[in-house]
Amino acid sequence: MTESPLLEVDNLSVEFLQRGAATVNAVRGISYHVNRGEFLGIVGESGSGKSVSSMAVMGLLPSTARVTGDIRYRGESLLERDDKTLSKLRGKEISMVFQDPLSALTPVYTVGNQITEALKLHDSGLSDKAADARVIELLTTVGIPAPERRAKAFPHEFSGGMRQRVMIAMAIANDPDLIIADEPTTALDVTIQAQILEVLQKAKEVTGAAVVLITHDLGVVAGNVDRVAVMYAGRLVETGTVEQVLTAPRMPYTMGLLRSVPNMQTAGRSRLVPMEGRPPSLAALPPGCPFEPRCPASIDACSTAEPPLVQIGGTGPGSREVACIRADEFERGTLGIADVFPHPEPVPPEEQAQVKGATVLQVTDLKRHFPLTKGVVFRKTIGSVKAVDGITFDIEEKQVLGLVGESGCGKSTTILEILELARPQSGSIELNGVDVASLNSSARLKLRGDVQVVFQDPMAAIDPRLSIEDIVSEPLTVRGASRSERSAKVRELLETVGLDPAMSGRYPHQFSGGQRQRIGIARALATDPKLLILDEPVSALDVSIQAGVINLLQDLKDSRGLSYLFVAHDLAVVRQIADVVAVMYLGRIVELGEADNVFSHPQHPYTQALLSAVPIPDPRVERTRQRVLLDGDLPSPTQEIPGCNFHGRCPLFKILDAAHQERCIQTDPSLRSVHNSSVACHFAEENPLRVTGVDITEKEKS
Amino acid sequence: MALTNLEILEEPEPSAAPLSSSAKNAGSASRGKLIWLRLRSTARFWIGSIIVLLLILWAIFGPAFSNFGAGDTDLLNTGVGPSGAHWFGTDGIGHDLYVETALGLRISLVIGLVGGPLGTVIAAIVGAFAGYIGGVFDKVVSWFIDLMLVLPSFFILLLISPALKKLSWVALVFFIPAFGWMIMAQVVRSSTRSLTDRDFVKAARFMGVKTGTIIFRHIIPNVASLLIIDATLGVVYAISSETALSYFGYGIQAPQISLGTLIADGTPGATTQAWLFLFPTIALVLLLFAVGLVGDALRDAVDPTSGVTRD
Repeated sequence: MTESPLLEVDNLSVEFLQRGAATVNAVRGISYHVNRGEFLGIVGESGSGKSVSSMAVMGLLPSTARVTGDIRYRGESLLERDDKTLSKLRGKEISMVFQDPLSALTPVYTVGNQITEALKLHDSGLSDKAADARVIELLTTVGIPAPERRAKAFPHEFSGGMRQRVMIAMAIANDPDLIIADEPTTALDVTIQAQILEVLQKAKEVTGAAVVLITHDLGVVAGNVDRVAVMYAGRLVETGTVEQVLTAPRMPYTMGLLRSVPNMQTAGRSRLVPMEGRPPSLAALPPGCPFEPRCPASIDACSTAEPPLVQIGGTGPGSREVACIRADEFERGTLGIADVFPHPEPVPPEEQAQVKGATVLQVTDLKRHFPLTKGVVFRKTIGSVKAVDGITFDIEEKQVLGLVGESGCGKSTTILEILELARPQSGSIELNGVDVASLNSSARLKLRGDVQVVFQDPMAAIDPRLSIEDIVSEPLTVRGASRSERSAKVRELLETVGLDPAMSGRYPHQFSGGQRQRIGIARALATDPKLLILDEPVSALDVSIQAGVINLLQDLKDSRGLSYLFVAHDLAVVRQIADVVAVMYLGRIVELGEADNVFSHPQHPYTQALLSAVPIPDPRVERTRQRVLLDGDLPSPTQEIPGCNFHGRCPLFKILDAAHQERCIQTDPSLRSVHNSSVACHFAEENPLRVTGVDITEKEKS
Repeated sequence: MALTNLEILEEPEPSAAPLSSSAKNAGSASRGKLIWLRLRSTARFWIGSIIVLLLILWAIFGPAFSNFGAGDTDLLNTGVGPSGAHWFGTDGIGHDLYVETALGLRISLVIGLVGGPLGTVIAAIVGAFAGYIGGVFDKVVSWFIDLMLVLPSFFILLLISPALKKLSWVALVFFIPAFGWMIMAQVVRSSTRSLTDRDFVKAARFMGVKTGTIIFRHIIPNVASLLIIDATLGVVYAISSETALSYFGYGIQAPQISLGTLIADGTPGATTQAWLFLFPTIALVLLLFAVGLVGDALRDAVDPTSGVTRD
C-alpha cells in the first residue's frame, strides 16, 4: 500500500452505560480502513453496531457512550478533538446521508436555504449569488428537475426520494473526501432506490470522495461497492472485495445471509434456507463466537473463545479477513455452503392438500375513489383520489397471487376493500362464489372465517395486552367455541406455525419479531380460512428472519391448500412465493400473468423498470445488467392524467416516434393478452427494452 | 441531533427466549410490571396511599373509640375546646367534633371514591364509542361535550340543587361525576381514533368481533393507564366539588354532615373557636393532599416523561 488510507478505524469499541442495567457493548473492537475514492459497504442486521460505528466516526454519539480505540482521518486522530474542531470537519471533509430523509430536513426553511447554510458554514466568504448558483448546480447534479424553482420549495413539497436527493446534494456541497451513507435507501421504493444509488455513484464520481455505504441489503452492496465488511454482534466477521464476500463467503453468517434472503435469480426455484435463532443481546454476550448458537457448522471449540479476524488466502491483492475457526476448511473446499446451509425439503407430495382448482376470490372491475373535499362546515368536493380504479383478478384454490407495486399504487386500499366484505363503490367482489354485496350480517360473519389477514408489522398487529392464547383464540371466541375447544385449537395452531404450545400463556412483548409474525399467522389460521391476505408479511422483519416465515407460508399453502393474496413491494419475495403476479400502478393493474412468465419476460415498461431496479446479491450479474430506469416519482393521485397514466415516466414512451406517442397520450390502454400475459400497453409487442439478469434462460447459461 | 441510546442501537426488541426454553424470560418486565416497579420506588406513592388508608380506617372505626355517638349532644360541655372527654372539642349545642369529623369524612370519602371513578367510567365509554364509531355519532357526541364544557358545571349544580335537596345525599355521588367527565372523554376519544387505525384493531374487525367487544377488549385496556390516573385525580375533583357545594349550603343537607357542612358551620367562629374550623379542614386537606400524591406518582410511573421524575 503506497499511500496511507483516508480513514482508519483501529480497534474501535463503543459501550453504552445504562443505569441499573448491564453495559451494552455496541461495537467491540473493529478495525477497518477506507482508501481515497473507495466505495466500502458495511453490511449487518439491525443491532449489529454498523450505525453506531459510523456515528462514532462523525463524533455524533451521545455522552453516555464510551468510545475507545482510535479513529484516524488523514493520519490524525479524531477522538481527541473537541466538538468544535470536529464541527469544522463535519460537512466539509466528512459528510453524512441519513436513513430517514423525512426527518433530516428542517421543515420551516426552503431546500435552497438549507443547502446554502451548509455551504456558508464552511465558506463564510461565499457571496449570495455564488451560493445560489452552487445550489442550482448541486440540485442539477443530483437530478432534481427544474432546480431554480425547486430550490425555493419547502421539504414537504418533495417526495421521499427527492428529499434523499437533496440530502445527497447537501452532503456533497463542500466537496467532501468521505461520504457516510447510513441506509440511504431503506425507506424508499425499489425504483427510487435504484435512482438514489445512481445519484450516489454520480456524487462519488463528481467529488472523487470515498463512500461508506451502510446497509442490511446484500443486493445494494453487490452493484456498487468495491469492498464489503460484514458485521455481526458488534464485530467485523468478514471483509474482502465484493466478489470474494458475495460469491465465495467464508464465514457461515455471510453464507446464511446470502441463502436466507430472497434473490431474484434463485427465487421460485430453490427454497430459502432459514437461519435459526436471532442475534445475541449485546449486553450479555456468551464467551465464544457470538454466531455459534445459530451456526449450523459450529463445533465444540466455537463456544470456548471468540475467533479473531484473521487474514486468509495469502497477503496479496486477493487477501481477505474472516473471523471463523473453520475458515480454512471453507477455503480448501472440504466444507461447502451446501453442507452448512442445505435447502430444506418442501412438503412431501403425499401430505400436500388436493384441490380442484375452484375460484376462491373473484374481483371484478373494483373501484374505490376517495372524494377530495374543501371547507370545514360546508364541504364541497373538488376532485377525487382514484386509489383503486377498476381492477379485475381472481385467485384459485392453492394459488398465490402476488400483488406488487410501489407505495401509493393502491395495493392496501384493494385489500381493505376485500376485507371489509361490504358492497364496493363499484364493481364486485365474490368470495367462494358468493357476492359480498348480497350478504346480511350473520352471513358476513360466517364468510369472515374464510378470509383472514396477516399484517405487515407484527408489533402493531397483535394486542400487546392479551396473552398469546387469547390472541390466537379470538376468532374462535367470536364464533362461540368453548374454552376447551379453544385451547386445544390454540395448541395445535402454535405447533403448526413452529412455536412451542407451552408458550401460550405468555404476552407478545416476550417474543421476537419473527415469532410475533408467526403468532399473527396462527391467529389468521384459527378459523380454517380458504384465503389469507398477506399484507407485506415479511418486510418489517430482519433479513435473517424472513426466510423462516416465507418457508412457513409455503408449507402451509401446500399442506392446507390455502390461497394467498400476497401484497408486497419486494419483488424477490413475491418471486419466491407467487404463482401469479399482478403489477399495479396508480390504481390499475398494468400486467397480470404467470409468475415465471412475468418475471422472465416482463412486457409492460413499468414491470421492466421494477424488475431491473431490484438489486441482485451477485456482483458479476449486477455489473453487467442493463437497467431500465424510471424518471421521477409516482405522480400525485389527485392528478388527472389523460391517456395512459404511465406515459409521463415511461421509458418506452421516450423512444417512440411522435405518432405513437400521440396514441399513448390520447388513449387509455386496457389489459389485453400478449404472449400469455395480460398487459396494459399499446406497444407491448414492439417493446425493444430488455431486462437482463433476472432472466431464467440467461441465468442457466452462466 | 437528539438521538437517544436506543435509537442508535436499533436493539430490535426486548429479549425473547429461544423456542425451547420457557423460564428464561423472567427478566423482561411487562408494562404493568414496569409501572409497578417505578411506583414502588416513589416515596410519594407510599406516603399518599398510607395516609388515604389511615383516613379510611379512621372514618370507619374512629367514632367507636369515643364515648359519644352520632348526633349525641353533651349539654354540659357546649362550645368547649379539645379536652380529654372531647378530643376535638364540641360545637355550640354540644356535638362531639371528633365524631362529627369522622362521620363527615365518611360521606366525603364515599362521594370521592365512588363519584371520581364514575366520571372516568362515563368518560371512557363515551370517548371510546365516539372515537371508534365515528361519523355522525361522533359529531353529535363531540358537540354535546363542547356544550357541556362551555356551561359552568358548578352553576348548573347550584341551579338543580333545589331538586337535589329533596333527594338523599347519595344523588350527589351521581350528579358530581355527571359534570366532570368531558375533558377526559375528549382525551379518550382522540386516543381511540389513533388506536382504531392500529392493525390489531383492524384484525379484530376483520375477524368479525362485535363493536362493543372491540371497545371493551382492545380499546379501553389500551388507554387504561390514562384512565387510572384520571380516576385518581377524579377523586380529588369529586371531594372538592362536594365540599364547595356543601359549604355554600347546596350540597349535603342536615341532618347529614360532610366535611363541607362542618367547615361551613365552623367558619363563623374560626377566630374564637378555631377547633370547629380547624379539624374538619385538616381532614379535608390531608385527604386531598394524599390522593393527589398517589395520582401524581401514578402519572409519573405511567408516563416517565411527564414532569420531573425522581429516580
